[in-house]
Amino acid sequence: MEIIMSVAIGFLFMAAVYLMLSKSLIRIIIGTGLLSHGAHLLLLTMGGLGGNSPPVVADGVSISDYADPLPQALILTAIVISFAVTSFFLVLAYRSYQELGTDNMDLLRGTEDHE
Amino acid sequence: MSFVFLIFLPLLAALFIPLLFKKVGKIHTGWFVLAVPVILFIYYASLLPTTIDGGNLVSEFQWIPSLDIAFVAYIDGLSLLFTLLITGIGALVVLYSIFYLDKHREQLHNFYVYLLMFMTAMLGIVQSDHLITLYLFWELTSISSFLLIGYWYTRDRSRFGALKSMMITVFGGLMMLGGFVLLSIMGNTYSIRELIALAPEMATHDYFIWALVLVLLGAFTKSAQFPFYIWLPDAMEAPTPVSAYLHSATMVKAGLYLVARLTPVFAISGTWMWLVAGVGLFTMFWGSFFALKQKDLKGILAFSTVSQLGLIMSLLGASAAGYHIDNIAETSFMYAGFAAIFHLINHAVFKGSLFMIAGIVDHETGTRDIRKLGGLMSLMPISFTVAMIGAFSMAGLPPFGGFLSKEMFLTAMLSLTEFDLFSMDVWGILFPVVAWLGSVFTFIYSFYFVFHTFAGKHKPEQLPKPAHEAPIGMLISPVFLAILVIVIFFIPNRVGDWLVKPAVMAIQPFLYNSPSEVDVHVSAWHGFNTELFMTLGIFAVGGLMFWTLHKWQKSYDRFPDAISLNALYDNLMFLSDDGANRFSMLYMTGFIRSYLVYMFSFVIFILLGTLYLTEAFAIDFTNLAPVGFYEIVILIALVGSTMTILVSKSRLTAIIALGAVGYSVALFFVIFRAPDLALTQLVIETISVALFLLAFYHLPQISRKEERMRFRFGNAVIAVGVGITMTLIALSSHSQKAMPSISEFYKETVYTEAGGGNIVNVILVDYRGFDTLFEIAVLGIASIGIITMIKLRLSKKEGQHENK
Repeated sequence: MEIIMSVAIGFLFMAAVYLMLSKSLIRIIIGTGLLSHGAHLLLLTMGGLGGNSPPVVADGVSISDYADPLPQALILTAIVISFAVTSFFLVLAYRSYQELGTDNMDLLRGTEDHE
Repeated sequence: MSFVFLIFLPLLAALFIPLLFKKVGKIHTGWFVLAVPVILFIYYASLLPTTIDGGNLVSEFQWIPSLDIAFVAYIDGLSLLFTLLITGIGALVVLYSIFYLDKHREQLHNFYVYLLMFMTAMLGIVQSDHLITLYLFWELTSISSFLLIGYWYTRDRSRFGALKSMMITVFGGLMMLGGFVLLSIMGNTYSIRELIALAPEMATHDYFIWALVLVLLGAFTKSAQFPFYIWLPDAMEAPTPVSAYLHSATMVKAGLYLVARLTPVFAISGTWMWLVAGVGLFTMFWGSFFALKQKDLKGILAFSTVSQLGLIMSLLGASAAGYHIDNIAETSFMYAGFAAIFHLINHAVFKGSLFMIAGIVDHETGTRDIRKLGGLMSLMPISFTVAMIGAFSMAGLPPFGGFLSKEMFLTAMLSLTEFDLFSMDVWGILFPVVAWLGSVFTFIYSFYFVFHTFAGKHKPEQLPKPAHEAPIGMLISPVFLAILVIVIFFIPNRVGDWLVKPAVMAIQPFLYNSPSEVDVHVSAWHGFNTELFMTLGIFAVGGLMFWTLHKWQKSYDRFPDAISLNALYDNLMFLSDDGANRFSMLYMTGFIRSYLVYMFSFVIFILLGTLYLTEAFAIDFTNLAPVGFYEIVILIALVGSTMTILVSKSRLTAIIALGAVGYSVALFFVIFRAPDLALTQLVIETISVALFLLAFYHLPQISRKEERMRFRFGNAVIAVGVGITMTLIALSSHSQKAMPSISEFYKETVYTEAGGGNIVNVILVDYRGFDTLFEIAVLGIASIGIITMIKLRLSKKEGQHENK
């Protein structure tokens, strides 16, 4: 399963990067969203997908049976942070479109004589 | 008393200057400043009896003990002489500046703060025994010189001159630091005194020659030696008191000081002698030759300073010969060191007065262009007298101090022809010849300076202001210096015993144990010898050439400017400026995409490179989780939705597909036994989609019209690269563990230590509680940012301004 997941992660990263390199602001934001999904799955896979029981202490379950709690803690933090970033990004896009009238990244590069 | 702290007295006084300037505006700020050099001069003069007997004083203050860096003030004959010059000339210059700079129009607080800063820096250079602090003070003089040259910063020429001096002297300073580091590596100490003791052992070291050359680069740039002298003429944009102080009497002599101080370390080397004496003498000739080309009074003085510094430098080089001579007292080699220091004093005195006169002429007539000046003799009689005394001393005429040291200079140069080491016996004859030629031109430009300004026809119509004599206060300092010029001529041996001989002992400690052993007696008349005939020749040829100056001076204009050293500097500056700008514009395109491409390429490069180099790539097929039916279904959904996003032309489809990806990930969390993650992901994903829809209502359609195939292909290559890299990373990181996981610790202690059952939650709120707190802070910052952006309304006016 880990090998299949690794390929899927690569695919997610590929799609994310491809979207982020495009000129449209919306696609860039969607790209960052995909990137965080990829990163979450990567963390999960790194720790190993084994474990027969969720990491909640229960009677009669030996320690080695729990799924790895560490990646899960990291991912939980990452989900929340990526949500904050995505919403910030969205509002930034919305406002800049409202003020500047375009979402084309080539037109958003500042003045010609910037130095 | 720990006199090491006195070095910082001017800097301390500088703190109060702005306050005094603002609050006590009625009194010229210079009067308060004047107290500083006067007090210091009196204090340091009281140390004279110690050094006259060859004694020395040390005062120490630890700065960074762990790095063995300390302020060590070491006062012997040489440093005390320089200290007295700095404070003495400093006092006169401050006095002069009080009348030169108007208290209503000038930014006096800037001026005096810089000047006091410079004073501290200069005292630090000449008293430091520690190489690193010496370097520190050295660069501080470059900085204060930069600030003072650029004092009238609204003028283009001032800024240009300031930058030029800074570039050249700081370049030299850095080279010198390299030399110091090499010295400290060889000697395992930063102390100059200890290095001098170790000199014979270091001479065979591989680094020795490098240290020598690097240190000389520092000294030559600072003391405006060929070919680095080009900054000095441009530094004349500084107010005249600054030129008199920094650029003739003190700062430019820092290089001479360094050479003098380190002569005992390097004198053993023939390279040292050739470089110092050779470059010095050539500079002396070059400077005097081109002084006659100048039309600006201060320009003449600048080139004359270059030339005189070269003269002293060559004498210091010649004094190294003493290291190789056994019975110095019976030869003429003993004169070089004495002549160097003696001329250094003479030069500071007469050149200071000449600069002040140039300032007075500028101040009272409104121009420094020598072609417009003339016939000021009757209008400015006192200034004329002072200028004549200074210039005649410079030309080497009796009865002025310069005559004595010029004679000794010729003696020292003649003695080099008798020196039989380092091929001197073959090439040594060049030294007296070049020295003589340089002296002839020195004679001519001295006369040119005085007589083309004060004699000839008065041209009132060409002067911006009607000329008149300067106010008495402005004349005090130059008159005082002019009197000194004459006094030195009549009591040269008193000066020699008090100031020169103790300093010579510091330069040539390998010859003398006490100053009284320096067996030089100065006299104005020493019979009919070669020196006398050379001097007479200088007067005759110089006089003749000055008489015919108007006929041949124009030939200077035939030197093409395009191949001068100044043009080289300008081109270098332009090339580095322009080149650096072009280079950064090459990759700083302003397109976010370019930067992302750099970043992603770098990620691929670094990660794959590391995997390859450390041979970290591995796949472990043994310890895998089983592949189940649900997993495959979810996976297909995930890949399918991602594909939908990639090809979708409608924003709504893309958003919903993104949501589908998110929910698939949530389902993965369920399957892989992460219930907390699944819950969080579901909530967050729902809110995200809602937010996207809300915002997208206001956003345009996805437009890909402008993206050409080549553009897309490039993106695809990078995207595939990143994808493959991440797959490989995921595989290797799962397949091998460099060290045991710390998860076991959490699993084992979660109940006993933290009293909780849900391990993930306990990690977040207990073990890593602070991380979670900061995470909340991030959320808070993001929400504040969002609110601000929504509230923000750019006014149209501001927007237009931004675009212009």
